Amino acid sequence: MADPLLTLASVHTHIGQYHILQGVDLTVPTGEVTVLLGRNGAGKTTTLRTIMGLWPPSAGRIAFAGQPIGGLPPPDIARRGIAYVPEQMAVFSDLTVAENMTLAALAGPPDTARLEWIFGLFPALKKFWRSPAGVLSGGQKQMLAIARAIVEPRALLLIDEPTKGIAPAIIESMIAAFAELKRANTTILLVEQNFRFASSLGDTVAVMDDGRIVHRGTMGDLAADSVLQSRLLGLSLDAHA
Amino acid sequence: MTTTATEQSTTVDDARPATPRDRLPLLLVPLLALIALPLIGSPTTWVTLTIAALAMGMMIFVISSGLTLVFGLMDVLNFGHGAFIAVGAYVAMSVLALFPGLTQASSLPLNLAGLGLATFAAMLVTGLLGFAFERIIIRPVYGQHLKQILITTGGLIVAEQMIHVLWGGDQKPMPLPAGLRGAFTFGDVNIEKFRILAVAVGLVVFATISLVLNRTKLGLLIRAGVENREMVEALGYRIRRLFTGVFVAGSALAGLGGTLWALYRETLTAAIGGEVIVLVFIVIIIGGLGSVGGCFIGSILVAMMANYTGYLAPKVALASNILLMVAILLWRPQGLYPVAKR
Repeated sequence: MADPLLTLASVHTHIGQYHILQGVDLTVPTGEVTVLLGRNGAGKTTTLRTIMGLWPPSAGRIAFAGQPIGGLPPPDIARRGIAYVPEQMAVFSDLTVAENMTLAALAGPPDTARLEWIFGLFPALKKFWRSPAGVLSGGQKQMLAIARAIVEPRALLLIDEPTKGIAPAIIESMIAAFAELKRANTTILLVEQNFRFASSLGDTVAVMDDGRIVHRGTMGDLAADSVLQSRLLGLSLDAHA
Repeated sequence: MTTTATEQSTTVDDARPATPRDRLPLLLVPLLALIALPLIGSPTTWVTLTIAALAMGMMIFVISSGLTLVFGLMDVLNFGHGAFIAVGAYVAMSVLALFPGLTQASSLPLNLAGLGLATFAAMLVTGLLGFAFERIIIRPVYGQHLKQILITTGGLIVAEQMIHVLWGGDQKPMPLPAGLRGAFTFGDVNIEKFRILAVAVGLVVFATISLVLNRTKLGLLIRAGVENREMVEALGYRIRRLFTGVFVAGSALAGLGGTLWALYRETLTAAIGGEVIVLVFIVIIIGGLGSVGGCFIGSILVAMMANYTGYLAPKVALASNILLMVAILLWRPQGLYPVAKR
């Protein structure tokens, strides 16, 4: 396994009176795709939001590239090289596709060559470049949300259920795009319920339940072990396969 | 993957939308004017009222534009906005009184210089006051609407009382500079000089805000922040600083608007902000909370309605604007230009 880029040690998160994360231990190796699986309400989204600083941890340690980031405000975490694609995509509907991309480029105007690379991954974005993001379909919005995260090289991408509510044809093109990101050695922590999508991309896997990591291993081992899949993920896995 | 700066072709300018924006609400302005024409009867009176409405609309817009951004971006219900209107007017009055040589001279450039000085002072003071207001009063109550209403209303009351302490409680005269008194006459139509100035100032403010919002990265941040503050932070931007900046700008614009409003009325009291704030809230609701374009059209519509009904049926002038708001909200429940929010 490669060196860890991100480490969570005994991380707890409270949202109001609710104790959501109850001691999460997770390692994301550099240059690999780590998939976070689990049923609804297991704490996957909370884990990503806690890493991003949107819900600060109440206890535990989060380290990115060896430096503690737990409790830092989201802008500071983003500027250390972590990009976040939330479950609801959160594209800015009133801004054009181009404006969304411009806003995400922290170092100045988006790099032309990188934009061409992104257009290669998501051709629809070039077509709708000057259209308000609000007119895009759900799949195109998801593409824009991912493109926004990679408009500049980032050390780590946190991506929350990119295939949720997306048409199968779009999922295929997304698999191809993620495969390209993987070839570019991008480190990704991917929350996903679509097991076929997850297993086609993941190097390592962690399964959550009730706010804790209950299984860690390689994706290959989990994909090959239907008994383990059934025990960890139950019927929800088959429903999404 | 790297390129030189000269190869970078994607700019904020390139990013502007190619698709036409919704222009239907723009038709409401000529529509309302045309409906009023046969009711008023006299074309001369109609022209005079319409131009007066444009001037009044521009002043309301200057006051409202900051408040709509404050609400849209910060989700803050600032009932204390009237304080900035009043303080701006009083500061401008004091500065104008300090330079009678500028304001009473028969030279228009000197008059405008005096007015510019007074306006600058009003915007500076209200901007600084806005900075303190945001830091001390607003910041502890972000996300708590009820507390915002209570504390900003309290802030307004305190500000009004401070005005009484500093300037006295009596009504003050706010005479127009000599060169801005009187009217230009075109046939039977009289157009007051100050109203032309008010329209010009309103258009400059609208153009400047539009330019900043649509052609700069700061504007992109504000527009994005109005829609989804959390995502703007997740992209790496400190939105709290943006909040403060927008609040200061909004307060300074209220100071400018208060100066114009007081000159328009030629008198002022500490309650001047409270008097106009009802129209301001109608405008930002009609326009769509957070929408500067909607605020611009809403201001003109509200002023037209106030002027036309003020002439035709003075007793229902304010009620007519509430009816206008109801009608528009029945058509577009989120206002003329709803801002997508998460």
